[in-house]
Amino acid sequence: MFEDIGNLMHGFAVVLQPQNLLLMVVGIVLGVIVGVLPGLGGANGVAILLPLTFSMSPTSAIIMLSCIYWGALFGGAITSILFNIPGEPWSVATTFDGYPMAQQGKAGEALTAAFTSSFVGALFAVIMITLVAPLVASFALRFGPAEIFSVYFLAFCSFVGLSKEPPFKTVASMMIGFALGAVGLDQMTGQLRLTFGSETLIGGFDFLIAVIGLFGIGEILLTMEEGLSFRGKSAKIDLKVVLKTWKELPRYWLLSLRSCLIGCWMGISPAGATPASFMSYGIAKRISKRGAHFGKGEIEGVIAPETAAHAAGTAALLPMLALGVPGSPTAAVLLGGLLIWGLQPGPLLFVEQTEFVWGLIASMYMGNLVGLIVVLTCVPLFAAILRIPFSVIAPIILVLCAIGAYTVHNNTFDVVMMLVFGVVGYFMKKANYPLAPLVLAIVLGDKAEVSLRQALLGSQGNLGVFFSNALVSTVMTLGLIALFWPIIQNGISRVRGALGASRPAQ
Amino acid sequence: MSESAHETGGAGPSHRSVEAGVAIVVGVLGLITVYGSLKVGTGWGDEGPKAGFFPFYIGLIIIISSVVNLFQLFATKNDNTAFATWEQIYKVLTVVIPTAIYVAIIPFSGIYVASALLIGIFMVWLGKYKVVVALPTAIAVPIFFFVTFERWFLVPLPKGPIEKLLGF
Repeated sequence: MFEDIGNLMHGFAVVLQPQNLLLMVVGIVLGVIVGVLPGLGGANGVAILLPLTFSMSPTSAIIMLSCIYWGALFGGAITSILFNIPGEPWSVATTFDGYPMAQQGKAGEALTAAFTSSFVGALFAVIMITLVAPLVASFALRFGPAEIFSVYFLAFCSFVGLSKEPPFKTVASMMIGFALGAVGLDQMTGQLRLTFGSETLIGGFDFLIAVIGLFGIGEILLTMEEGLSFRGKSAKIDLKVVLKTWKELPRYWLLSLRSCLIGCWMGISPAGATPASFMSYGIAKRISKRGAHFGKGEIEGVIAPETAAHAAGTAALLPMLALGVPGSPTAAVLLGGLLIWGLQPGPLLFVEQTEFVWGLIASMYMGNLVGLIVVLTCVPLFAAILRIPFSVIAPIILVLCAIGAYTVHNNTFDVVMMLVFGVVGYFMKKANYPLAPLVLAIVLGDKAEVSLRQALLGSQGNLGVFFSNALVSTVMTLGLIALFWPIIQNGISRVRGALGASRPAQ
Repeated sequence: MSESAHETGGAGPSHRSVEAGVAIVVGVLGLITVYGSLKVGTGWGDEGPKAGFFPFYIGLIIIISSVVNLFQLFATKNDNTAFATWEQIYKVLTVVIPTAIYVAIIPFSGIYVASALLIGIFMVWLGKYKVVVALPTAIAVPIFFFVTFERWFLVPLPKGPIEKLLGF
């Protein structure tokens, strides 16, 4: 524990080097821009900028990339409140009360509340990571292949159970990800598979290309179809409004705490920030005394989803760091970055790469603080970006995506694949297939497969190995519960309904 | 069910047919995966499960879930909603087609010239900008990217004959 605090302080020393501080500010500003623009989400933005970091030290690289992520989390709120357009899926719930507030001339209050709650949510999650991640990692060091597979199993089952898309579409999307991930060289036997004689397929499908295509190009196509035009409220935040709002905020500490907890919980399980923000908003609406006024410009309706989304977005890095299982597509891209920089994500990271891990954790504290200051002072600037017409922004984003796709392997064929993934992403999105499981499955497919095959090799093909001790059985059972959660929930509500019917009405 | 959505000329293909198409494509991907796995062996080899073991079952699950999705689609009543209006599809194509051409010419022209063309054409054709505005933007943005990527971050991007002529 004390050793960890020492490491953290050392991390702060690394982060506070002028060069890293500069990268942090650059990252935040880029991240907010990425979060504000349609078609450039957190995952996609980090994927495009990943090649820029190849020449940096891993610590500097992760500082910049994670700051892009924080910036994107902050940026989503700006468009939701001022333009009623969620820049990111997790800011959809923020539009419900944020935009009405802006219409009533309270844009400054809404933005201050949103940024501050984002900061609080992230801070809560970072503190949780600081305390819990080393414990989880040291515990996970003792995992064998069966245990590792059970963790993957739980992660993927949670997707099926918790996503709002139809379960079989989630399964289909995820399994396509696994299939794409399996193309190319088999890691255990060194055999080629699913390449059908094509030389370009030997290297397999790179998930960065998939991310840029699915999230970047696909999103632009959707935006184009909707015929988006930005007509927003202008915003000015002055110190007086900030201080006034800050004075008001402590009153909602219970709401904040609840939203933090929801966010952390949803962030660790790979459900992610979007459901967390909706769940937090829904619960706040049900519990709050002013619940009936939600949707008409209630400040609580801004605090709840923003706190939860940011807490979830940050907490998603816990399983990535401690177990090597990312909790969100953006965390998956960061994990891909670790692999490119030659680091092996997972529990060993805490032992072998102390400086890197604690540098990253320290940068989470600092990055969110820097982020809060940057967004509070630069809102009008970022809002101005949105006033640039889409016919100018769209081709520039397309060019950026192409550059990002090319630089992954210096290969022009990847740019073609990016466009294919983009069109596929457009159809999947329209047909209600979730994209995040597909991306995570491409990233984790090989690792999940290797752990499964090693476990089976050890047990000579006996599936009982996944229920051979208390730990692995528990995780597998949790996974099965998560997988069948929609059915279980249905059953519970039916039983409840039956009980309720037999009872006299209240 | 009203047929009104059907009668307005602008309504494009039905959501149902597109969704069925997606499910069928998914199913075919599953079949390809199963076929490819069978070719490398799905059973037990010297080193435990063979290379095709994992993807084989993945492919099976893809096929099953695609069948379930198709079944669920046809079990629910057709609500005749349109996938998108023809106008919307036209708008999407105005992005897809120029991007496809852009992607196709990158290997020959390099990324900078292609990008300038893409931005310029987009601005003039879709944004209805005057050439006086579009041309400087179309040239300035690739130059900005060139300085950022090649000079600042030392990431080389594909270059074509024009760059060679300029000595890069």
